[in-house]
Amino acid sequence: MQNPHLQYVYRLADNALILGQRLSEWCGHGPVLEQDIAITNIALDQVGQARTLFLYAAELEGKGRSEDDLAYLRDAHQYFNLLLVEQPNQDWAHTMIRQLLFDAFNFYFYQSLLKSKDANLAAIAEKAIKEITYHLRFSSEWVIRLGDGTALSHDKMQEALNNLWPFSGELCNPDKLDLAMLEQGIGVDLLAIKPLFEAKVQAILKEATLQIPENDWMQKGGKQGIHTEHLGFLLAEMQFLQRAHPGATW
Amino acid sequence: MKANWPLWEVFIRSKNGLSHKHAGSLHAADAEMAIENARDVYTRRNEGISIWVVESKHITASSPNQSESLFDPANDKVYRHPTFYNLPDEVKNM
Repeated sequence: MQNPHLQYVYRLADNALILGQRLSEWCGHGPVLEQDIAITNIALDQVGQARTLFLYAAELEGKGRSEDDLAYLRDAHQYFNLLLVEQPNQDWAHTMIRQLLFDAFNFYFYQSLLKSKDANLAAIAEKAIKEITYHLRFSSEWVIRLGDGTALSHDKMQEALNNLWPFSGELCNPDKLDLAMLEQGIGVDLLAIKPLFEAKVQAILKEATLQIPENDWMQKGGKQGIHTEHLGFLLAEMQFLQRAHPGATW
Repeated sequence: MKANWPLWEVFIRSKNGLSHKHAGSLHAADAEMAIENARDVYTRRNEGISIWVVESKHITASSPNQSESLFDPANDKVYRHPTFYNLPDEVKNM
């Protein structure tokens, strides 16, 4: 992709969309009615954020494509979301650990994005930060509640943390594009938010009596378009209608 | 799981100056979760600015058997209703 600014917006939009799609899989399957509604509310917030970001990406691209074209007509290698957000829901424990890791990162990321020289991104961040603040509160409380809950819930949360931890390294690890966007005053300083992210996550996990895995080998690649096998299946389901019936409308 | 969670009654204030109104009930493990569940179940369409929750077991209700003696005597006392006055337009929430 030629335009680094556009690719940077894609990363933010893809994070929001893929996590929103994942969370929406809970619709009708939540552990109880109240949590079913809560988690699909968060899914809708994420899809809403994705939409404003894709609208902006389409404008930056300048080829007259719509936000739907960008969401439904790109293949897995053209998606630039973090590996973390495409990981399967599995159970409530995995969903909440994934959510805590992403929300803690996303919170400091969007707080920092408020100061972006890109007025569009700053405006999008201002709207999103209120939603993200609530998401972080929600996932923090669930991680604490279940981690510091019964022996069974503790074990499930610890297992989920062990499984998802290798996907946390990519969040605050800047690549060339991150550094280039930071230099232009558009992007977020990932190394600056890294200690904030770590302190937040450590505090929540400590309260939840969960142990951070000692194995610090980290997965990476999502931001460059190299994904785990899960993304393809997610896109197949999400994009099926537009692929099978191009241009279909409601 | 759900069988273990107590029932909570939810009261929502739609705007300042109005009182909290009963919105419905839901299940939650504790008060904090009840507030969050209420936020997601009952204020998704901009219905409120304040939420109260109270565990349903703490509510004492009047008995339907006593409704005649409790409420019927008020039926024929029209003079208790402020219907003989003209309300000024400025008074909105009566």
